[in-house]
Amino acid sequence: MTMIFGIPIQALLGQLLVGLINGSFYAMLSLGLAVIFGLLRIINFAHGALYMLGAFIGYLLLVHLGIGYLPALILVPLAVGVFGMAVERAALSRLYRLDPLYGLLFTFGMALVIEGVFRFYYGVSGNPYAVPSLLAGGTNLGFMFLPNYRGWVVVASLVVCIGTWLLIEKTRLGSYLRAATENPELVQAFGVNVPLLLTLTYGLGAALAGLAGILAAPVYQVSPLMGSDLIIVVFAVVVIGGMGSILGAIVTGYMLGLAEGLTKVFYPEASNLVVFVIMAIVLLLRPAGLFGRDA
Amino acid sequence: MSEPLLAVRDLHAWYGEGHALHGVNLDVYRGETVTLLGRNGVGKTTTLRAIMGLVRKREGSVFFNGSDLIGLPLHRVAHQGLGFVPEERGIFATLSVDENLVLPPVVAEGGMSVEEIFDLFPNLKERRNSPGTRLSGGEQQMLAIARILRTGVQMLLLDEPTEGLAPVIVQRIGELLATLKKRGMTILLVEQNFRFAARIADRFYLMEHGKVLEGFPVAELAAHTETLHEVLGV
Repeated sequence: MTMIFGIPIQALLGQLLVGLINGSFYAMLSLGLAVIFGLLRIINFAHGALYMLGAFIGYLLLVHLGIGYLPALILVPLAVGVFGMAVERAALSRLYRLDPLYGLLFTFGMALVIEGVFRFYYGVSGNPYAVPSLLAGGTNLGFMFLPNYRGWVVVASLVVCIGTWLLIEKTRLGSYLRAATENPELVQAFGVNVPLLLTLTYGLGAALAGLAGILAAPVYQVSPLMGSDLIIVVFAVVVIGGMGSILGAIVTGYMLGLAEGLTKVFYPEASNLVVFVIMAIVLLLRPAGLFGRDA
Repeated sequence: MSEPLLAVRDLHAWYGEGHALHGVNLDVYRGETVTLLGRNGVGKTTTLRAIMGLVRKREGSVFFNGSDLIGLPLHRVAHQGLGFVPEERGIFATLSVDENLVLPPVVAEGGMSVEEIFDLFPNLKERRNSPGTRLSGGEQQMLAIARILRTGVQMLLLDEPTEGLAPVIVQRIGELLATLKKRGMTILLVEQNFRFAARIADRFYLMEHGKVLEGFPVAELAAHTETLHEVLGV
């Protein structure tokens, strides 16, 4: 058996794959958080709940309506995005002029309510979501066995992240978004409907969380707590990448997933801790984050 | 004369509890260049910002083309044909020169094309792909004006376009404003540089304590030297 640093290469690659999968979800979620924070200046504590909502909507569509995975890939982000836009219109838009603490408290409360509702009806035990038959099975890569669905998750998340990055950096809508992140009043004075832009942005962030949720459903169990388990790490990712930095969120998401995977191989006891150790070091050395601009 | 393009009536504005404008009245007619004069802190910038709707707490009337802008949401004001060039220029660091230039939506026909703008500002063309804030102060001011020219607005609100710029750049901005005037642009200008303002303005309003003290045409400038000395200290 081939060994690297005394570790079988299969074990190493296996953990790296797990790391890459986790990193894919970190990247998609922290991307949405970064976009929302950049423009709305709201730390969206409901992001984990929106991710869980995505997974649950997918699960309920399958169980009650027989709607399968592929249509759910479209329907779930749409539903969570529309839900997000409704929340922004009805509540968040009233908080922008107040202390940022209000936005944080509101989204935190909303997360508790959403999770509480699902816990009331579905308990805390996970519900399985079968891997769609199209993506079932695996591929032997020669050096390791790759479950097809996990390969799909990595590819899908890369496509989503690059697509979102292109949308923000290369399109006209994206230039509105970047400009409004710097100076919303002036952009609105130029005649851009900034309140609508804020609604769409929160909807986009929510849709990304929902999409991550339905992608995660066959990998993890669909459970009301799946979001709160993940969200703390995702916040660490955003802090390490630099609050509001889009590229930082994506790159840091994958990097930290891999760092976790590697730690699991070499020093398993620290694998849950490594992200926060990195966060502490980054905060000490570069308080604005790896990709953040100094304010 | 016909109806003014912009008619401000009894305009009050507040920053928090501070009452900044105490009933401003002024008129700007189509094709005119009008300059607001006054010491620092008398409310010149606030007047422009209150006309645009950037000061939220305001009362009174701002008639533009006959309709009152006071009730409109901020993003509807530009679409009435009013363009704003802020004192701090408002060039976006995360946008390239090109992106900065095409950021403000076109609100009416008759604006300049990007090609025309680049003919007028060859420096901007050379640096079209660099981030907006990498430009020099003068180039940033040119860009701040240029991007509004694309939108087809009928009137410009210009806040201290020469502030902090070298004399040769100030002269170029003067030439630019003269060109715009020839093309029929209406301009309301706030300017500390009195000699600059005297060269390009048709009329002046003198402001003090959040009010317009008096207005006079450029021809009566000599007759007002004493008042100006007193109020402005120039």
